[in-house]
Amino acid sequence: MPKVTVDGQELEVPAGATVLQACELAGKEIPRFCYHERLSIAGNCRMCLVEVKPGPPKPQASCALPAAEGQEIRTDSEMVKTAREGVMEFLLINHPLDCPICDQGGECDLQDQSVAYGRGSSRYDANKRAVTEKYMGPLIKTTMTRCIHCTRCVRFSEEIAGVDEIGALYRGEDMQITTYLEQAASHELSANVIDLCPVGALTSRPYAFEARPWELKKTLSIDVSDAVGANIRLDSRGREVMRALPRINDDVNEEWLSDKARYQVDGLTKRRLDKVFMRKRGKLTESSWDEAFKAIAKAKPGKNIAAIAGDLVDCETMFAAKALLGAMGSTLLEGRQTGMDYDVSNLAAVNFNSGFAGIETADAILIVGSHVRWEAALVNARIRKAVKNGAKVFIVGPEWDPTYPATFLGDDLAVLNRIPKALGDAMKAAERPAVILGGAALAKGALAPALKLVDKFKLVRDGWNGFNVMHFSAARMGGLMLGYAQKNGMADIVKAKPKVVLSLGADEMDFEPFADSLKVYIGHHGDKGAHAADIILPAASYAEKDGTYVNTEGRVQFAEKAVFAPGDAREDWTILRALADALGVTVGFDSFDQLQAAMMKAVPALGDEGLADYGDLPKADAKAKAEGVISAYPIKDFYLTNPIARASAVMQQCSQELLHADEMLEAAE
Amino acid sequence: MLADKDRIFTNLYGFQDWGLKAAKKRGDWDKTKNLIAMGNDAIIDEMKASGLRGRGGAGFPTGLKWSFMPKESKDGRPSFLVINADESEPGSCKDREIIRHDPHKLIEGALVAGFAMRARAAYIYIRGEYIREAEVLQKAIDEAYAAGLIGNNACKSGYDFDVFMHRGAGAYICGEETAMIESLEGKKGQPRLKPPFPAGAGLYGCPTTVNNVESIAVVPTILRRGASWFSSFGAEGNHGTKLFQISGHVEKPCVVEEEMSISFRELIETHCGGIRGGWDNLLAVIPGGSSVPLVPAKDIIDCPMDFDGLKGVGSGLGTAAVIVMDKSTDIVRAISRISYFYKHESCGQCTPCREGTGWMWRMMERLRTGDAAIEEIDMLQQVTKQVEGHTICALGDAAAWPIQGLIKHFRPELERRIHEHNAQFAEAAE
Repeated sequence: MPKVTVDGQELEVPAGATVLQACELAGKEIPRFCYHERLSIAGNCRMCLVEVKPGPPKPQASCALPAAEGQEIRTDSEMVKTAREGVMEFLLINHPLDCPICDQGGECDLQDQSVAYGRGSSRYDANKRAVTEKYMGPLIKTTMTRCIHCTRCVRFSEEIAGVDEIGALYRGEDMQITTYLEQAASHELSANVIDLCPVGALTSRPYAFEARPWELKKTLSIDVSDAVGANIRLDSRGREVMRALPRINDDVNEEWLSDKARYQVDGLTKRRLDKVFMRKRGKLTESSWDEAFKAIAKAKPGKNIAAIAGDLVDCETMFAAKALLGAMGSTLLEGRQTGMDYDVSNLAAVNFNSGFAGIETADAILIVGSHVRWEAALVNARIRKAVKNGAKVFIVGPEWDPTYPATFLGDDLAVLNRIPKALGDAMKAAERPAVILGGAALAKGALAPALKLVDKFKLVRDGWNGFNVMHFSAARMGGLMLGYAQKNGMADIVKAKPKVVLSLGADEMDFEPFADSLKVYIGHHGDKGAHAADIILPAASYAEKDGTYVNTEGRVQFAEKAVFAPGDAREDWTILRALADALGVTVGFDSFDQLQAAMMKAVPALGDEGLADYGDLPKADAKAKAEGVISAYPIKDFYLTNPIARASAVMQQCSQELLHADEMLEAAE
Repeated sequence: MLADKDRIFTNLYGFQDWGLKAAKKRGDWDKTKNLIAMGNDAIIDEMKASGLRGRGGAGFPTGLKWSFMPKESKDGRPSFLVINADESEPGSCKDREIIRHDPHKLIEGALVAGFAMRARAAYIYIRGEYIREAEVLQKAIDEAYAAGLIGNNACKSGYDFDVFMHRGAGAYICGEETAMIESLEGKKGQPRLKPPFPAGAGLYGCPTTVNNVESIAVVPTILRRGASWFSSFGAEGNHGTKLFQISGHVEKPCVVEEEMSISFRELIETHCGGIRGGWDNLLAVIPGGSSVPLVPAKDIIDCPMDFDGLKGVGSGLGTAAVIVMDKSTDIVRAISRISYFYKHESCGQCTPCREGTGWMWRMMERLRTGDAAIEEIDMLQQVTKQVEGHTICALGDAAAWPIQGLIKHFRPELERRIHEHNAQFAEAAE
């Protein structure tokens, strides 16, 4: 713990800290552009210069200088002030006076810091440099004249994303940041460079010229595009969500966000269900709430009613539906729409037990049947970090590009019965071994045989649980906690032949077997579920209601309502509450607070934000044998996995341009 | 004047063959095994005693630099020697002469120096434009391998040592030691932050020492003839012989090996046939390659040509590339051209140099024609101060110093041009 003095204030700093961190600990603000906590140190913007004694009689870049015992650091001296003014002047001489037409305006580091540390006027009267625009794909808009060459974007794509697609060309004042051959950046985390860019060089293309940051209402929310539960901030104006930005949460998403989570929000205003529809003579026609409720009541479901939860719903909605079904005397609840029937008697067995932050520290990882990059892009970035620290990764399943070195062990699950030597050795040598079981493996019944690996690889140790299941539906863990699971999955529901099927935004399920049932779709997008429905009750999306979500590591998180649902659409729980009246049953709550209280009473874990405790892993069934071949992963198109994304023009464009560009080229020929 | 018997580079002018046979005749590779048998530390001590200071420009004591290398590898990482043959400083042309006419001195030096610092291999990074030189060097390396002088069991000493030649692609900045390491690794040539210093983590993250060609090429001779022989030349703290490269307005420009601390007058009179048009015609001298400040005639004439002597007149020895300018020179234009060079060669990594070099050059271009205001001279001076000492590597300093030298010594000339230019337009306006 070296002791340093910052502006006369003596303090101890952690070993390995930099002078910049020491200054921050002392409460001094150090201006910076290139330095970023989560990226490697570049030291090229020179904005963070401070005076350090002992040392050469010139200012030092504090971001790159290790704090050492006895250093005397000054951030307020004349030397530092002139150095900052000088660097700021240099940064501005070739930076265009674009602020009035720049999307970064109002949240621009360069703007803020030039006010705080600049000279106030320029002495440079020659022409400014102009740089041609670069094409970086449908998400990133470039105005490279504004670039100050901090190389944060370059370091992000190299270090975090793991794709060498952004770099610098040429040198000196002609240096330009570009993608190689100006190809679109094709990575699931690519748009994070927009947040990283301290100036307006990289801005959001879909959001271009849409709004100014000070006009926006900021709402804390949780992303539902996958089961990571990334913490987001929804910026809205009026009734429209303008953009989604990541919030910092080191346990979940650090400060990154997947492109889908960020850019599916334009889908919130498209293909919306904003009126009640009923199928009359085979055709969906506009109707009213009264008529719809009457029709449902007329079906007299009794206890022959089932509820299928979709991938995006919140716990409150699921609990309200459960309460309704309970009042009717039914327990036909299911959320695993595609028919998976893994055992959920012990939720620890289907949880991501290592945690996202924990998986970073694993030193040997076996991934079974999970395309992690598409199922949880942010977790893949974590695994990449683990690999950089020396972890070995083995993957069972069809090949995909993980962005880090990994050994593929083939598609056949039988490999779990007879562990190959390389895998066995790596796991044996590991101090923190981990197994990640994905949806493709769960579908093949690999959960039971995979549990045998817990003993075999000693996955559970002191302070470490390396057994992980990776879901990719935001509603999954919450649904399982609320009992949305039948022993044999959807098959049980089909067998029960319910008179009424409530589809809570379930768009991935097969409606064929329910041809004789009255299918009521309570959801927000006109997608597959709505097409198959007999009655459509328009509901709210994740941005339009308060709600609790549980991510795949069992983390309970609360999202707030950002905007109102469009048209006649209502928040889901109110629809279910009204339906209870129509069906003549009581569910025991009249307000959202009462609903939440009832839910917390039923499942206390949902009341505490943070990791739910599912207890110990179950004992493995010694007779379980893994068999079957994983022929494909459940996600076929990263950009179009849910009804919001499918409605989003931006996501459609991404899918076409980034995933199906070859087919487009062929078609054009 | 340095006696012929005391010259290290005996084939500097290429009057003899560069090949191995001729080199051996000149005394290279003579019992190199015995030099290695001295032992690592003894060699380093001898180098320290010789007082050799790095010949690449900064003048850091070579023996001391080698002693920073780890004595043993604790984690299995090998050590490397990188030899800087990316001679791109305007005015410098000594390494070129060594490589094309005496390459075996360099290769032998690489072996001995590499052994002393416990390096596994030497990488010679040669300037891309040196095409014939690279051919010669590669052939010389091949010859040395074939003769068993380098490679496994080099010179039968039991030490394994490889020498690789790597050709640059023409960027001046790759002559900076850490940028050179980046370039060798196949990356964009941009200087690294220090610390960590190359001796701790350099090429491929391994301990590395970067030395100039001349520093390495003189090593075997120093060891053969003894540190005391070498240190008998030159003033205290500036020992040895040195290749001076005199260009510009002298009667006979040349590269010549001379004793350190020789006076400028003697150097020019003895080897270059005097200043063009006589001593009264001398305007200024850039004594160490384009990056050091110029020195006006009156200060330089009797100045000793060594590190400390030139520092005393506000300049530096640099690579001892002496650029002589007589009174026919447009001194502002000369410095402006140098500014253009630095603007062109700035790597663009850090802000002050990337933006400042362009600004300084544009300002210099205006001062050249006098199209400026008097206050702008002070502004330019401030801008150079804003660049100097604020950058990752020394290129920022190198770009600032020539202009600072100009303003310091030739401000009246700058003002004269401005007045003349503005007067011309004042008339036109009337």
